[in-house]
Amino acid sequence: MTITPFDPGIGELPSPQPQAPNGWKRYFSFNTDAKVIGIQYIATALIFLLVGGLLAMIMRGELITPEADLVDRTVYNGLYTMHGTIMLFLFMFPVLNGLNNLLIPCMIGAPDMAFPRLNAAAFWLVPVFGVILMASFLVPGGPAASGWWSYPPVSLQNPLGHLINGEALWIVAVALSGVSSIMGALNFVTTILRMRAPGMTLFRMPIFCWTALSAQVIQLIGLPALTGGAVMLLFDLVVGTSFYRPEGGGDPVLYQHFFWFYSHPAVYVIILPVFGVFSELFPVYARKPLFGYKFVAAASLVIVGLSLVVWVHHMFPSGVPQWMRDLFMVTTMLIAVPTGIKVFAWLATLWGGKIRLNTPMLFALGGLFNFVFAGVTGIMLATVPVDIHVNNTYFVVGHFHYVIYGAATMGVYAAIYHWFPKFTGRMYYEGLGKLHFLLTFIGTNLNFFPMHPLGLMGMPRRVSSYDPEFAFWNVIASLGAFLLGVSIIPFLLNLVSSLVRGERAPANPWNAIGLEWLLPSPPPTENFEDHVPTVISGPYGYGTGLPLVENQEAYERSLQQV
Amino acid sequence: MTTTPSRPGLTALSGLAVWLGLLVWFSFWMGRQSYRWLPVQASSAAPLVDGLFSFETAVATFVFSGVVSVMAWVILFNRAAKYDVSDAAPIEGNLRLEIIWTVIPLVLVMAIAAYTIDVNRQIGLIGPMEHVHGGPEPAAADGSSPAFEIEVISRQWSWEFRYPAAGVTSTELHLPLERRVGLQLRSEDVIHGFYVPAFRLKQQVIPGRVIPFFITPTRLGRYRLRDSEYSGTWFAANQVDVVVQSEDDYQSWLRRAAKLPLQPGLSDASREYALQQGRSTSSGYATVVPAPPPMVNVPGSNTLPHDG
Repeated sequence: MTITPFDPGIGELPSPQPQAPNGWKRYFSFNTDAKVIGIQYIATALIFLLVGGLLAMIMRGELITPEADLVDRTVYNGLYTMHGTIMLFLFMFPVLNGLNNLLIPCMIGAPDMAFPRLNAAAFWLVPVFGVILMASFLVPGGPAASGWWSYPPVSLQNPLGHLINGEALWIVAVALSGVSSIMGALNFVTTILRMRAPGMTLFRMPIFCWTALSAQVIQLIGLPALTGGAVMLLFDLVVGTSFYRPEGGGDPVLYQHFFWFYSHPAVYVIILPVFGVFSELFPVYARKPLFGYKFVAAASLVIVGLSLVVWVHHMFPSGVPQWMRDLFMVTTMLIAVPTGIKVFAWLATLWGGKIRLNTPMLFALGGLFNFVFAGVTGIMLATVPVDIHVNNTYFVVGHFHYVIYGAATMGVYAAIYHWFPKFTGRMYYEGLGKLHFLLTFIGTNLNFFPMHPLGLMGMPRRVSSYDPEFAFWNVIASLGAFLLGVSIIPFLLNLVSSLVRGERAPANPWNAIGLEWLLPSPPPTENFEDHVPTVISGPYGYGTGLPLVENQEAYERSLQQV
Repeated sequence: MTTTPSRPGLTALSGLAVWLGLLVWFSFWMGRQSYRWLPVQASSAAPLVDGLFSFETAVATFVFSGVVSVMAWVILFNRAAKYDVSDAAPIEGNLRLEIIWTVIPLVLVMAIAAYTIDVNRQIGLIGPMEHVHGGPEPAAADGSSPAFEIEVISRQWSWEFRYPAAGVTSTELHLPLERRVGLQLRSEDVIHGFYVPAFRLKQQVIPGRVIPFFITPTRLGRYRLRDSEYSGTWFAANQVDVVVQSEDDYQSWLRRAAKLPLQPGLSDASREYALQQGRSTSSGYATVVPAPPPMVNVPGSNTLPHDG
């Protein structure tokens, strides 16, 4: 390019240093900086990952023998209910919102989110409902114990008859989580639609932003149904209405519709941003443009549309008519098409690339492996007769843990490692990262693969005891679960030691393309401030030699002076 | 799909053909293996479900191993050299390829869906999937036996089976071989799930509704009926046996059972609850008290070896 005297001055902007005097205090305050909120979200989520994981390990301890002998059955039921609730509402959604907060403004060149105070309020609801949920362990009668679906009438049975009971606190917490997610979704959608840098058209946006936009649109459409359903459940529980009580003329199946109308799309809220992470990472570590960018971007929107019309596939044995079973089976199968487009696009991106297997790439490849496995078992579950057999068995538990842990959580790990240098200003330790990957990948498959044969043999999910013929695979699964528990140790060690004494990170350690890599590490409070670059080409120009923004050399020169 | 625009060589193409052939063989083999992962087939629905599952296993194996092959190939052969920081060839897409991998999965999943709808229809003809909602109950075909021979009552936490024509109640489900039996499923408290893995059949039992359900057992033996919808504290223990007998044995069992005096039926929950009440300390949270075991002619057994 031509030599230009223009200096964006991006290198001279003051970077906030987390270790500066009193710098850490902003993480405990009502801070409105999206990058602070992002780290608040991720740190909170990781704490709850430990809590949820601990509950899971107690469950797997119980299930290592056929008899109910480690904990009381009531305790087991509380544990599995809280495990699911914590992992979804206090780990998965918050950690993804953390990534959204860190990545979206930087990727589109916005100084912050559209509504910073709303953003902070949405975050601070998380510890509030987290405390409410944890407090339910301490109320008389114990925590909610009707599963994370909380189907009535079993969820409406309140053995002690107290007004304040575990189930009521659970409903309040879930409703608050919904409010928080709606506030977040408004913010993310508005930010993406209204605050992009000049020249960044929708079809020049990084795929992560497309998937975040798609996921947050689902939140806006679906969450009101769940929240409404939950409020009616609360009324049934505490003030004696009978929306779902059959003895009062209510219909318990109605709740199942409200619940799954949101809670199936919720899976796409989780997996879509992870697809976004895969789409960002594969081009960087294969040194090739994302194959078929526009197809991949549009596929996210098709998934949004279809995800809203598949919910009855959770209810095939609930007593729904045959036409409904056929219709919802076909819509569910159709989701395989846009999903397949993405998988094939990733493979074509990797094909003939110059692959670098560092920790984020290993997690992304491992996540893709697990996701494809979950995908093919998902097709089996979509077909009604097979679903009738394995519905509510361990086959389903295995399937969705491959999605939620094998693909989504591993994708989140990939994202954390990939963007760790950018947002902390420190490099992580590659050796510990690879150890973390190895333990996670082996643990995941050891833990969740055995659940498939168990389900096919007919072992129901949510049981605290089982017939002896299921013992073999359960022992393997439990060993895998304990290995997953161990895998967290190198991860936490890596995070903490890198933060404290990791090597200083340059602005662009991976030689990646993207606006976030044209910022110093960590980025200044207002990102580009008055020097927002003008985007002149698509997001994945690897090997093309095309600059991403006007005066790119000036930005890079300025960064090198830091 | 090659790295360079040049035409792939004959060796590459034949290598690919051999590999695809191996994958197809492996997929067929997995499809055949899949029958061994399932319980014995004891109802008319089971072979249909298993056939569909076998087909899906073969397709799934092919897709999964195909994707993993590509991943393994690039990890083995497309690695960047140690100090190579250059970019690879900037291939941004290929419209024809993208259309192909949109259309092929579309055709594939729609073919699976068509096969499945066909299986649905067949199972519906034979048995349980045709239950009606609020519609009239199907009348007896010839008047000799009622359309619904057995009433199934689920509770927290026991299963009770009533044979009104024979005047028998039991906590062990006895069924005749090779005859389509109509069941009426009811729940007295929460949603339960009527699930017999060997029959490949499952139905939520929803309080406030009477759900008609049909089974045609096809194999003699003793099987497990498991509560498949989480129903509270002793959900896991809410399991009983299903005994499939020849028509003659079934009828003579009914005759003998009708003469037996009523006694408390099986309920592991009640037993465990009584044990817990006997202890001075409690290690659990509050629980719903189990319903008393139903009074039945035949309690049956929960501890005999079962076939599936």
